Amino acid sequence: MATASEIATAAARTDVRNRWWLATPALLIVLLAAIGPLVVVVLYSFMVKGDYGDVKYWQFSLDGWFSVIFERDVFDDTLKLADAHLIILWRSVKLSLITTLVTLLLGFPTAYFIATRDRRWRDFWLFLVTLPFWTNLLIRTFAIQEVFRNEGVVNSALLQLGVIKRPLQIMFTDVGIFLGMAYVYLPLMVLPLYASIERFDFRFAEAAADLYASNFNVLRRIIIPMMRPGIIAGSILVFIPSLGAYVTPRLLGGGRNLMLGNLIELQFGQGRNWPLGSALSITLTGGVMLALLVYVRAASKSGSGQHG
Amino acid sequence: MARRHSVRRQRGFTTIALLCFVLLYLPIGTMVVFAFNAGTTVGAIEGLSLRWFVTAWNNESVIEATLRSLTVAPIAAFVATIAATMAALATTRTASYRGLAFKVAFINQPLMVPEIVTAVALLVVFSRVKVWTGYTGIGYLIAAHIAFCIPFAFLPIRARLETMDLSLERAAADLYATPWKVFCRVTFPLLWPAILAGFMLAFVVSLDDVVITEFIKSAGQETLPTYMLGQLRRTVTPEMNAISTMFLALSIAVVTLFFFLSRKKD
Amino acid sequence: MRLLVTAAASIFAFLHIGTANAEGVLNIFNWGNYTSPDLIKKFEEKYNVKVTITDFDSNDTALAKARQGGNDFDIVVPTSTFVKIWIDEGLLLETRPDQMENFKNVDPRWVNVDFDPGRHYTVPWQWGTTGMLVNTSVYSGDPNTSAIFLDPPAELKGKLSVVPEMGDILTLAIYYEGGEACTSDKTILRKVRDRLVAARPTWLALDYPSIEKYTAGDFDAGVNWGGASMRVRLANSHFVYGYPKEGYPIWMDNVAVLKTAPHVENAKLFQNFVMDPENAAMISAYARYANGIAGSEKFMPEEMKNAPEIVVPAKFLDKGKFTPACPPEVNEMYTKIWTEVLK
Repeated sequence: MATASEIATAAARTDVRNRWWLATPALLIVLLAAIGPLVVVVLYSFMVKGDYGDVKYWQFSLDGWFSVIFERDVFDDTLKLADAHLIILWRSVKLSLITTLVTLLLGFPTAYFIATRDRRWRDFWLFLVTLPFWTNLLIRTFAIQEVFRNEGVVNSALLQLGVIKRPLQIMFTDVGIFLGMAYVYLPLMVLPLYASIERFDFRFAEAAADLYASNFNVLRRIIIPMMRPGIIAGSILVFIPSLGAYVTPRLLGGGRNLMLGNLIELQFGQGRNWPLGSALSITLTGGVMLALLVYVRAASKSGSGQHG
Repeated sequence: MARRHSVRRQRGFTTIALLCFVLLYLPIGTMVVFAFNAGTTVGAIEGLSLRWFVTAWNNESVIEATLRSLTVAPIAAFVATIAATMAALATTRTASYRGLAFKVAFINQPLMVPEIVTAVALLVVFSRVKVWTGYTGIGYLIAAHIAFCIPFAFLPIRARLETMDLSLERAAADLYATPWKVFCRVTFPLLWPAILAGFMLAFVVSLDDVVITEFIKSAGQETLPTYMLGQLRRTVTPEMNAISTMFLALSIAVVTLFFFLSRKKD
Repeated sequence: MRLLVTAAASIFAFLHIGTANAEGVLNIFNWGNYTSPDLIKKFEEKYNVKVTITDFDSNDTALAKARQGGNDFDIVVPTSTFVKIWIDEGLLLETRPDQMENFKNVDPRWVNVDFDPGRHYTVPWQWGTTGMLVNTSVYSGDPNTSAIFLDPPAELKGKLSVVPEMGDILTLAIYYEGGEACTSDKTILRKVRDRLVAARPTWLALDYPSIEKYTAGDFDAGVNWGGASMRVRLANSHFVYGYPKEGYPIWMDNVAVLKTAPHVENAKLFQNFVMDPENAAMISAYARYANGIAGSEKFMPEEMKNAPEIVVPAKFLDKGKFTPACPPEVNEMYTKIWTEVLK
């Protein structure tokens, strides 16, 4: 008869085996179709730029990396900090943070609302959230333009109601970008939030309410901590893609201000500086990766008590 | 003792949620209205007609691109969701171990690289493979879509697993259920909403992808988004709205059917 | 399990569809929404060939894809600026269109072009100009100047739209400051940069041409392409198209055959086919630009025959120039200026 400790070791062994083979397909696919190409990009960032795009193979240079931070002035050839790049980086980070915040503020109540519906209707509401996103992004962006244009639905309605005298300029402003980005990324926030709250046992909340906890305190002390993994997953899903987004900001913001995504695209396109584009994107990827690593470390430490 | 209020109702939440739905559907409504425009623009209504539906229906390249999108997206989302579910189990149903954080970051990697970069890198790699093997089919599109869909399915599923109670699974295991049985009978039903959410996300993300597809498509592999990107520089007519409207109607029909079928089972 | 096997089997079956490179195929790689379906239908019926059309959205993307290869494209339609790069990099097949049957129809003006002297590689597809589109009911001054967007009159400030093309915009600004395209003269470039930096806040957007945003009054003026401007004018007669007297870019898209083309013979047939005036007119009727084939006018739609946006008025004719591909070091300077302007 096996002793308790033998069972435990055997279980631990299956555990180790499982955590490898279960993860293998995903790891393999990501390795082949995402990490592999990333290695190419890293190599590219160290090569000499080709005359008309691409790189000169196996001719190495640090110019790409150098121009991420420094640039030689076009006119007097002095070396200076590439402040244009820093300004653009800061603008993108700001935009992504605000987008994440807006989607969270809109998405949290929406996910909560869906999770508190009758069980049979939840999938229906969930579907209702994703349905608009079955329509292509470009079409959606055009549709948003129709809504917010000077002669669009919102302005016409407000004018009719006499709320405003002149149409509000929403298109081609920062407000337009935020609204558009929030719209585009909303389901990426709602779905993980919903996934983490759907099974929430409201008896916990009821018990707290019975003990005279206010609704706000129930929310703050019980529901939000319960939903933390969902909030974090959703924030990652919104923050990171919006950092590299360029179609929506360009169409709704009028493209007068470059975003990080535009800057990188420019280097791979009309700028024909693939090494710089590669170096810029590795900087972006590295930064995000580092942040994520720190987060998962911290989260798995604080969460380890739960899972035993 | 009667409670003074329902805890399920947080002040203002329902209003925000409903506002959210209005915001979500305002542009979609506009899009549908313009699909019926008799005029040639998506800016001014000049009477109602079905002409753009007829145009779209007779436009072979649009139909082809739509069908291609509808082939790539479900396959990619399906495979990505399976892989992501397995990986999510592997990174939660276990004691914390060395390399766990790295694995999670690794799987999320496609999310962290700007699309244009993945696109260029995949172009370089896939082109070599295409020249070597002579195979230029749609497999490359599907493979790339699976890869960038994985994190979108992985994150919600893993988030769900993190908050899921282990005691049921433990109880089943204590009763000598095999791990596979535990998964089928206990974990899967509990995990289903997250899997569905992950699948829907992956599906939508694949359906929307334009940059990566634009770079790796071969001759005759236009998807709906890349087809529409081509229209962007030129004039956008309500034809695109008509296609999207048909698309929308189709998806509503399919889901409604699915909804009622699953209702009956209950 | 059976479900999985079936799914896998059907996926594999599916993957093999579309890989057949049968005879009687022609794969065209062209700008989006640019290829007349009627033209293709006619070609398919005449030569019993199945044509696929794949879109690209920028010259750089097309070049990058073609350079990497393995895409099965036969025909590609690069812009004049890029043709020389394509030829120099050895991507194009020397099909000698100048010896083809229909070459006699090519307008002599477009035979000895700098990017392909004597037309050994390419055939004209369509050509046009980049100019100013102005709503005369808002601003009644002279539209024939780049000052419209570089030093805009008060009426147009904040209502301007500029096409998001680095090359076009910098070229217009360089002409405006008295330079030549692809100049590396730093005194001129400094003026160009200062001019653009000062002008940018007066632009509402950098947007691709859209008829309804002009006709609905979101934009009152802007930098626009000729054919798109004609569509705006047809919808609202207050709009006029101006040819900047300081100089403006002409562009031409050209049909070329790739060296790696799997269906060379069909591709050559297509090159010859589009030089037929009646066929060329079909291209123009669909995409709304002039085509460079003499005698195609009589097959063109009525409203295009005398459109001032398409048929350049004689007095502006000498102000338009093809922009060459700028040398890499010049392009690098331009990219820096462009980043500086839009930061």
